[in-house]
Amino acid sequence: MARVIVITSGKGGVGKTTTSASISTGLALRGFKTAVIDFDVGLRNLDLIMGCERRVVYDLINVVNGEANLHQALIKDKHCENLFILPASQTRDKDALTEEGVEKVLKELEHMAFDYVICDSPAGIERGAVMALTFADEAIVVSNPEVSSVRDSDRILGILQSKSRRAMEGREPVKEHLLVTRYSPKRVEEGEMLSYKDVQELLRVPLIGVIPESDDVLQASNQGTPAIHLKDSDVAAAYQDVIARFLDEDRPLRFVTYEKPGILKRLFGGK
Amino acid sequence: MSLLSYFFGNKPKTASVAKERLSLIIAHERGGNRAPDFLPDLQRELIAVISKYVNVGPDDIKVQLEKQGNCEILEVNITLPDQQQPK
Repeated sequence: MARVIVITSGKGGVGKTTTSASISTGLALRGFKTAVIDFDVGLRNLDLIMGCERRVVYDLINVVNGEANLHQALIKDKHCENLFILPASQTRDKDALTEEGVEKVLKELEHMAFDYVICDSPAGIERGAVMALTFADEAIVVSNPEVSSVRDSDRILGILQSKSRRAMEGREPVKEHLLVTRYSPKRVEEGEMLSYKDVQELLRVPLIGVIPESDDVLQASNQGTPAIHLKDSDVAAAYQDVIARFLDEDRPLRFVTYEKPGILKRLFGGK
Repeated sequence: MSLLSYFFGNKPKTASVAKERLSLIIAHERGGNRAPDFLPDLQRELIAVISKYVNVGPDDIKVQLEKQGNCEILEVNITLPDQQQPK
């Protein structure tokens, strides 16, 4: 059974695509056959973050419309053996994505023996976002410790609980995970930023991880390499932990407490 | 007061302000989705009872559930007709 995981948030710019790229890569590195689908029709970006933009020939809408088959449209990742990317279309026709079409693609991926299908949701609560979460078995809700992001996450949780297939058919509900990104322990310490505990308390969803705010994310996207591949990076380590927790391994939270830089570091700088 | 807080430096932490605002708005928005479950039934039965004694139509009774902080307020608004005619 292919397990469908939606990466969603409501608000834009919180790190959905970065997270989709790293989670799918992380699962593939663990040996699972994984597909990652960009649902942001009209504004595709996952291909850039994954570094496969020049190899895009066909896209999700082509497959939905029967203009290409899934084998032709799936792009094999350059870093991982088990990872395949299905890019979004750049069409401006928002209605191109249909529920039947998405269901057909997911069924076909299941026949191709995929273990995990990661759905990278667009921002907002429009068609694309709803399509991305409709067939989800699990949801990773990405939230920044900031008021508008937390409120929008709560909205998208409401939609998950009402519009997903699992909810509509009265089956076991979508398993929800909270991922707090762009976290700055220093600002939390100074009382300027909501703590991950605050966010979790507000949203009442089990926490799967905290990704620290870091310059590394831009470095990664500049190169088209998912952040989880970066060497000696807190962000990469934090995403590795998320994968471990997703697979039911026990990992303590890291990068959530602020350590004051020592005198030497303050004098001589450092990273 | 402002002078005192200047000296003691207890500048309000904005994170706690954010948390408080969020907990209010999220409770309100979640409450808004939950409320209507039993309200239509309540409204229908109230109309049935009241119209035994007073001549009221379905539109004369408004039932609303409001949430203020931790407190829920059930508001029932009955508009009686101009001339009451006992049945």
